[in-house]
This record gives sequence, C-alpha cells and structure tokens, in this order.
Amino acid sequence: MSAPTTKREDLLRGVWRENPVLVQLLGLCPTLAVTNTVANSLAMGLATFFVLLGSSILVSSVKRVVPHQVRISAYILIIATFVTMADLVLAAVVPEIHKALGAFIALIVVNCIILGRQEAFASKRPVGRSALDAIGSGGGFMVALLLMGTFRELLGSGSLLGVPLFGRGYEPWVVMILPPGGFLTLGGILLLLGWSRQRRGPQPRVRHWPHGVATRRA
Amino acid sequence: MTTEAPGARDVPSWRLLATLGVAGAVAGLLVVLVQGWAEPRIESHRAAVLQGAIMNVLGEPARYDTLYVTDAGLSRRPPPGIDAGSADRVYLGYDAAGHPVGYAITAAEPGFQDVIRLIFGYEPGSGEVLGMQVLENKETPGLGNKIEKDASFVAEFDGARAPLTGVKAGAGAGDPGEVDMITGATISSRAVIAIINHRLDRLEPLFRSYVAEGAP
Repeated sequence: MSAPTTKREDLLRGVWRENPVLVQLLGLCPTLAVTNTVANSLAMGLATFFVLLGSSILVSSVKRVVPHQVRISAYILIIATFVTMADLVLAAVVPEIHKALGAFIALIVVNCIILGRQEAFASKRPVGRSALDAIGSGGGFMVALLLMGTFRELLGSGSLLGVPLFGRGYEPWVVMILPPGGFLTLGGILLLLGWSRQRRGPQPRVRHWPHGVATRRA
Repeated sequence: MTTEAPGARDVPSWRLLATLGVAGAVAGLLVVLVQGWAEPRIESHRAAVLQGAIMNVLGEPARYDTLYVTDAGLSRRPPPGIDAGSADRVYLGYDAAGHPVGYAITAAEPGFQDVIRLIFGYEPGSGEVLGMQVLENKETPGLGNKIEKDASFVAEFDGARAPLTGVKAGAGAGDPGEVDMITGATISSRAVIAIINHRLDRLEPLFRSYVAEGAP
C-alpha cells in the first residue's frame, strides 16, 4: 500500500501525473478506436466518467458487505449495470453519437481503468475519497481522449466539432481518422510527453501494477 | 481469484451466493427501469429517421401507405402470425392528387466492413430508381462511408434505370443504368448497387401483380 494521500492528491493524481492513458497506458482500446472526432471523444469520455464515478461510489459503499472471494464478480456486475444504463441513455438522448460509438460503449465494461480503480482504490478507501479518485481518473481519461480527438479531427477532417476550419482548399489527411492515425497520434503525444519529462530531469519513479495501481517506490 | 488474501475470513457459501444474488437482482431492476424510460425514445427516433428517409427518397410525397411483403404479394395488412413490427415492408407514396409516385424500399446486405442498410425509391412503371439514402453503415470513415456522405454519389441514383451497373467514375457509356462508383470505395459502392439490384429482383414480380390487381 502506498503512503496515505491527501484529498487534493486523490483528486489531481489521475488528471495528469498518473493520467490513466498518457502515463499508465490503460484503456487504450477506446482511446485509439473512437477518437476520430471531438464529439465522439467527448461522449466516450463522459460515458466512462459516469460509469467510473458511479461504480467507485457504489463499490466503496458496499465494500464491507461484499465477501472477498466474490468481490471481482460483484464489481463487474456493478460496472456492467452502469454501462448498460449509460448505453441506453446515450441511445435515447444522442442517437447519432451512440451510432458512431457503436460497440465501444458496451466495451466500457472491460475498460481496465475502471476495474483497476475499484480494485486498487475504491474497495479500500472511504466513499468520499473514492469519488475524488474517480473524478480525477475519469477527468484524466477525458483529457487524453479530447487531446487525441482534437488532433485527429483537425488533421483528418479539417474541422473541429464538425465545423470546417480550413476552407475548401484543404485536402483532409484521411489516414488520421483511420486506425493508423490513432496510433500515430498517441505515439506522437507520448513522444512529446516523454521528451518534456526527460528535459525536466529525473522524476520520482512510478511503479505500475497490472491492475492500474501506480505507487511511488519508497 | 485462486489465492485468498491473507486474513480473508472463511465465508459460508450461502453468503457468497446471497451477495451476488442480491447484487444481480438490484442490477436487473435498475436496468429494467432505465430501459423502460429509454425504449420509447429510441423507438420514436428510429421511426422519425425512417419517415424522413421515405420522404427523401420519394421526393416528398403527400402521403404514403405501408405495404407488407409476403410470398403471395403485397398486402395492406400484416401477414397473419407475424408481428407487424418485424414484417418485411415497403412504402408506397402518393402525390397530392392521389396518384402513386413510387415505392420506398429498405434493404440490407453485407458491405466492406459490416451490413449496409439503405432505403431507395423505385417507380415500377418506368423502372427508375428515384433516390437512395444509406441508413446504417460501418464502412471505413473517409473512404467507404462516402456512400452515405458523398452527395454526388448519392445523386447518381436519382433517375437511374434498374438494373444498375457500377462503372468507374467518368468511364460510362451514358447508359441510363450506369452509376459512377467512388474512387477508393469500389467495394462499398458495388455493394450499394448490388443491394438495390437484388432487392428489386425479389420485389419486381410482386409490384407487377399488385399494380395488376387494380389497386392504386
């Protein structure tokens, strides 16, 4: 277990320093697959945020009554319920975006950011802290998706939120909205981040556990 | 988990079962509640999209009738034993004077990535396709999905004479059945053309008998 953390740390950690996508490299499937427009990124980010926050609060509230042996099954059940609700709500409220995201909404169930936060944090901490942690991690996921979506839509469609920006003379760089563009964009962002981190000198080592826990080495 | 964490107490099996049972029941209840709220909205949106598409491919008819497709022919009533919602349907549009303007026909077949679902207008008398609109596709963004988004490809279908043939853009001989395909989306373009041809092969005899019966 890592050292006790402050509320501020619980909230902000996930947003940038231990960003689930950009630092821990978790949840890459939706990050690569649905970020071809800003609108899709935003919808995916919000849906994941809602599922993460709801699951964290619930898992943290029931942690004392769920026996250790069936906790993973119980977490998955909780997560799946929130995902199904998010799926139905998106289909009813924003059908066009729901259509564009396709199966990736349902696949939030297996997003390891969510199960990771339950197992690593929410199942051991008070409800308030778990909610802060979920807001941080969910926010960090959204930051990463929006970063990807902005680059890819700008280059691949020449627009932002569907509004054309470059006029008729711009030939869209179609590869950026195709799967290879996702890898190129993510690679580029990680390269820039790694480069800037290196320039700022050595940082405290962050150790990664399979469930997405990042703890500092003492 | 195969290993138990140190200190995990021995829990009786009934408690494990009860925990998951209760959690499952609560989860089911929540999903049913949300489903009850969302379903009518999803359904009404689907109906609105379909109605807009029928209006679009038939050139804004004054009204339209829903006809059910059976092996015996077209009928105004759903075939017995089949739910009206899932029966195969076509939509016959009429102009303000009450003359039929053509059928709006939905069809679906595999494209490049997944099933393409589309609707097209058709006038059996002249054999002309009146318009085409893609309702659902998962073709490659930026290439294959031009079958929905490329206005000049969609316009190719207005007034084309069935059966359709796909030709390379600009390479046609001026035949009334020719449709210019999209460069870079040959398979998707060809799929759209084939979907329309196959569907008409099946429905053409039914249209003929329906007209012959003296109905509209």
